[in-house]
Amino acid sequence: MADTATEEPDAPPPSDDLREALLADFVGHLGDGIADSHLKPGDDLWIRVNPDAWGAAAETLRHKMGCQFFDFVSAIDWMPSPYGREMDAEVDTILAAANVEVEAAEAAPIVQGYAGGETRFQVFGRAINVVDKWGITIKADVPEDTLSVPTWINTYPGAAWHEREVHEMFGVSFDGNVDMRKLYLPTDFEGYPMRKDFPLLARRVKPWPGIVDVEGMPGDDDEEEAAESATEGASE
Amino acid sequence: MSLTSNTGEREQLAYIAAKAADSRVNVEIETEGMTLNIGPQHPATHGTLRIIAKLDGEQVISADPVMGYMHRGYEKLTEVRTYPQVTTLVNRIDWLGSFANEVPFILAAEKLMEVEAPPRAKWIRTILFEMSRISNNLLGLGDMAAQLGAVTPVFYAFRDREYVLNQVEAVTGGRFHPNFDRIGGLKDDLPAGWIESSKDAMVKMAAACDELETLVMGNEIFMARTRGIGIIPAEVGLEYGLSGANIRASGVDWDLRRDAPDGMAYDEVDWKVWTHPDGDSFARFWVRLQEMREGVKIVNQLLDSIPSGPVMAKVPRIIKVPEGEAYVETENPLGVMGYYVVSQGDLVPFRVKIRSASFNNVAVVPWVLKGVYVPDIISILASLYFILGDIDR
Repeated sequence: MADTATEEPDAPPPSDDLREALLADFVGHLGDGIADSHLKPGDDLWIRVNPDAWGAAAETLRHKMGCQFFDFVSAIDWMPSPYGREMDAEVDTILAAANVEVEAAEAAPIVQGYAGGETRFQVFGRAINVVDKWGITIKADVPEDTLSVPTWINTYPGAAWHEREVHEMFGVSFDGNVDMRKLYLPTDFEGYPMRKDFPLLARRVKPWPGIVDVEGMPGDDDEEEAAESATEGASE
Repeated sequence: MSLTSNTGEREQLAYIAAKAADSRVNVEIETEGMTLNIGPQHPATHGTLRIIAKLDGEQVISADPVMGYMHRGYEKLTEVRTYPQVTTLVNRIDWLGSFANEVPFILAAEKLMEVEAPPRAKWIRTILFEMSRISNNLLGLGDMAAQLGAVTPVFYAFRDREYVLNQVEAVTGGRFHPNFDRIGGLKDDLPAGWIESSKDAMVKMAAACDELETLVMGNEIFMARTRGIGIIPAEVGLEYGLSGANIRASGVDWDLRRDAPDGMAYDEVDWKVWTHPDGDSFARFWVRLQEMREGVKIVNQLLDSIPSGPVMAKVPRIIKVPEGEAYVETENPLGVMGYYVVSQGDLVPFRVKIRSASFNNVAVVPWVLKGVYVPDIISILASLYFILGDIDR
């Protein structure tokens, strides 16, 4: 809990009383289940809960905080793509620019987004209170050994298809949701396409011509000229 | 043996025989269910949705939608597209309201970059957004009538929709895939004379609403097939993530255009959010019709008040989006559409989660089809109004 308090924004000028109150409310209901949180004043609230508390977080939202509307459940693979960050590029331009060994791309550190995290996969979901018009994004780490978290379908039946999608795309399963048939992919499909190490074969076979659009213009590294070209771009 | 007792015995025997026959029939119906396969190609599905319905006589016991026939993997593809290039992809999600698909993604990118579009761009964005809604709703309304046996409205809808599509084409160059929204504003300003011609088009749209209403509303067959059919209570709808006109037809007063108008010009005009308490197929049709009318109202007011100025904010030529996460959702023609964009400071998004309206709207289908009769399946699917591209992404 002390962590949560310190993770509050460093008292920026635009304060957000509504979301701070929501965070305090959520902490009050779920207690130890909360791992971390991130508050962007005037924008949104992210709360990361422990994997075991993933199901309880949904119940808290639905039954204690009045978030009747189920928005979505999805997952994210935080591992940097082993094919270079742009995937089209033969070398990882960003790492190359920073004089990092390109071969080391695979070992590039995993950087989780808002509200932190420890695992490669994270699930995140969102629910909305349609009466008071706000929403909260909940995140949870997915344990590496089991790759599973509790299900949301007992609270939000609409989560069933979302969880099926996450399962086929990321290989994360949900305890308590037995219907894990493929949703989009053919039944005999192997692999988990949304994982970062699943290659997009079309791009590996043939570089994409669209990349030309964002090649640097001559003199773009000069800041003044970059500003000029920006105005040109605006008037085009 | 008297005559009376004889009659009594015969009556009793007849009663027993009838009961036995009844029970036999019941047993037969209960034990032999039937599986009805609807689709993947069916006029009521706006694409390729397959529904496996298990029937007991005329009644549906369970329905299981099967999709994925049109899955294009947009979430994966966005990871190899630069931010400006993503709009080309997301255009094709809900192809009847394609400009509206671009807006939430652009707003999410703008939020991460802390760029704001100039007022003129916001106005034109909102106008095009509402035009997408008008053309989308019009086709949905006409199509629903067609599926319930009224052939005329759908032809009128296809005819009248062109007036709006012509306006969209005049600005963007594309009837269906405008690809016009940019981070920081719009690609171009309006062509000369566009405001006038749009007003004419809006007059025709208002007339189209009235025409549709006189054609369909009050029609006995239409009413019989929609009233009280496919009732979705507000609570169930919300837990399934039902949104847009579908949830407002269940009495939930929630519209992101009014409740979260950031980046758009909805708070500058006078309009109304319509709801209906019934939650049946008719209510969904009715709310959609009213929303089309409101759309016409919004566009007319915005056309009168477009501010002057540039349509593009200052953004770098090569767009690198700073690290961060943003979720933006807007009230699209089919319901709430959101993009969860994760950026790691590159030219390309690290991850984009697309929350499309129809995916959640169709998730409620197994619940709502349970116990209805076979012809009602069509009425319910048509009134939920989904686009397969919006489910399969």
